[in-house]
Amino acid sequence: MIRARAARALPPTLLLCALLGAWELYVQASQTSAFVLPAPHSVAAALWDNAGLLAGNLAPTAIEVGLGIAAALVLGFVLAVGVHLSPLLRRAVYPLAVGSQAVPIAVIAPLLVFWWGFGIVPKLAVIVLICFFPVLVTTVDGLMASDPEQLKLLRTLDASRWQAFRFAELPAALPAAISGARIALTIAVIGAYIAESQTATTSGHPGLGREINADLTALQTPRAYAAAFVLFAFAIACFYSLALAERWLAPWAAHPRERGAGA
Amino acid sequence: MATELQSRAQPSPLPAAAAGGIVVENVSRAYRGSRGEAVPALADVSVRAARGELVAVVGPSGCGKTTLLELVCRLQSPDSGWIASAPAALMAQRDMLLPWFDAVENAALALRIAGHPRSRARERASALFGELGLEGFQRARPSELSGGMRQRVAFLRTLLSGKEVLCLDEPFGALDAITRGEMQQWLARALQREPRTVLLVTHDVEEAALLADRLVVLSGRPGRVTAELEADIPRPRSATDAAVLALRQRALRSLALSARAEGALA
Ligand SMILES: Nc1ncnc2c1ncn2[C@@H]1O[C@H](COP(=O)(O)OP(=O)(O)OP(=O)(O)O)[C@@H](O)[C@H]1O
Ligand SMILES: [Mg+2]
Repeated sequence: MIRARAARALPPTLLLCALLGAWELYVQASQTSAFVLPAPHSVAAALWDNAGLLAGNLAPTAIEVGLGIAAALVLGFVLAVGVHLSPLLRRAVYPLAVGSQAVPIAVIAPLLVFWWGFGIVPKLAVIVLICFFPVLVTTVDGLMASDPEQLKLLRTLDASRWQAFRFAELPAALPAAISGARIALTIAVIGAYIAESQTATTSGHPGLGREINADLTALQTPRAYAAAFVLFAFAIACFYSLALAERWLAPWAAHPRERGAGA
Repeated sequence: MATELQSRAQPSPLPAAAAGGIVVENVSRAYRGSRGEAVPALADVSVRAARGELVAVVGPSGCGKTTLLELVCRLQSPDSGWIASAPAALMAQRDMLLPWFDAVENAALALRIAGHPRSRARERASALFGELGLEGFQRARPSELSGGMRQRVAFLRTLLSGKEVLCLDEPFGALDAITRGEMQQWLARALQREPRTVLLVTHDVEEAALLADRLVVLSGRPGRVTAELEADIPRPRSATDAAVLALRQRALRSLALSARAEGALA
């Protein structure tokens, strides 16, 4: 069991090592300035030297991502169910939801701060705005794709609209909704960066996004890379924990073939 | 109690005639093909099943048998003609088990829908698993069952709907000969204990002769009734009874005759 796990972790580890090696060689050979592209060894050193600082900044970002994604999942899912059950809502909400994805965050950021100040709330709002959409789209598609023959069966058994939803449509849509959640979770990390960049904070640990921006301005590029690496690892960890949740939530959908996401 | 009829023309005295049974009168039904052309599936079909009667419907593939059952179960409406039936449960040709529920939960679906608490519904369904040779597979997911087991679970789900009329679409089609024989016996006994009105679609003429009170033979598409054969044979029946064999021969002859008539038309 442990062996099989180790064997499965091998290919991505090897690939990562190869990429890091190529990166190191490229920096050495081309003599690229550390301000433009720090070599992996200096990023690793920055990571080591600033472990406390980075960990301190990971905490608020992780909280933003966690709360933001939770709110986005709820909003996306509730909207999807509403859109599915009500054609009127579908016509009203869908175009607006699509349009909302084109609004540059910079445009609304001042308003969010004006409303909610420098705390976590405006950041959550940004993450929710970015992340509810994939959940909405995949869940609506999943609900629409439920098998009409199953719905027929439920009709002959006198199921109410709600029962048809609960016994057939909802479980059928769950795997698609979870795929949406995975996409949402992955972009929630970059969403947190955007949110932190666009809205100020007063806390001592402003989050990894602010840290990256501050380091880049201060020409502390290796530390910016180290912070970006923490985001990178955090996104991967989030993604795979959701894959585990999927097995628990929708075991019937477990793919017989191994998928990339199989943890 | 007969539910309201689906009619386009004048009202008819059918519901009274249907009480507990099925009346299908002069029903035609056509589908729309992908290019908008009409694809007639049933043409002027009349079938009756009195309360407690088992009527078998045989006919070549594509002659509208599934369509007939869906009409009786009100999943479709006829283009013309009348249909009246007591509340009917359908066992579809594909088993339609829900992959997210285990076998018992699937079998108990109608009970859940009727509002029984989950544990009681499961208990009731589970108790019948043994009789159907499914003991020990209560918690298996549909994907872990064989085709024949899935059919039996679907069959149980249909029975547990408690409806007066059962519409069975090739219920034992995926079973091996021995299990099919057992299931036929089991159905015959179950219906003797607790009579229901049954419309049984089958491609197996022997099955029809074994189980039915009456056989309706349909022609090729669009389906028309080409023969109605009374099966006045005492029960329990066996496939080797002379009367069953004779009925089987007659049904085969009617099927062949209608096939020949079509050949002549074509
Ligand atoms: N949804 C549909 N759209 C168009 N044509 C259809 C549709 N459903 C059925 N048909 C056509 O209607 C005819 C009758 O179909 P039906 O499924 O009732 O046949 P059947 O007797 O049950 O066949 P089988 O024995 O193969 O199950 C077929 O020729 C089929 O092509
Ligand atoms: Mg059919």
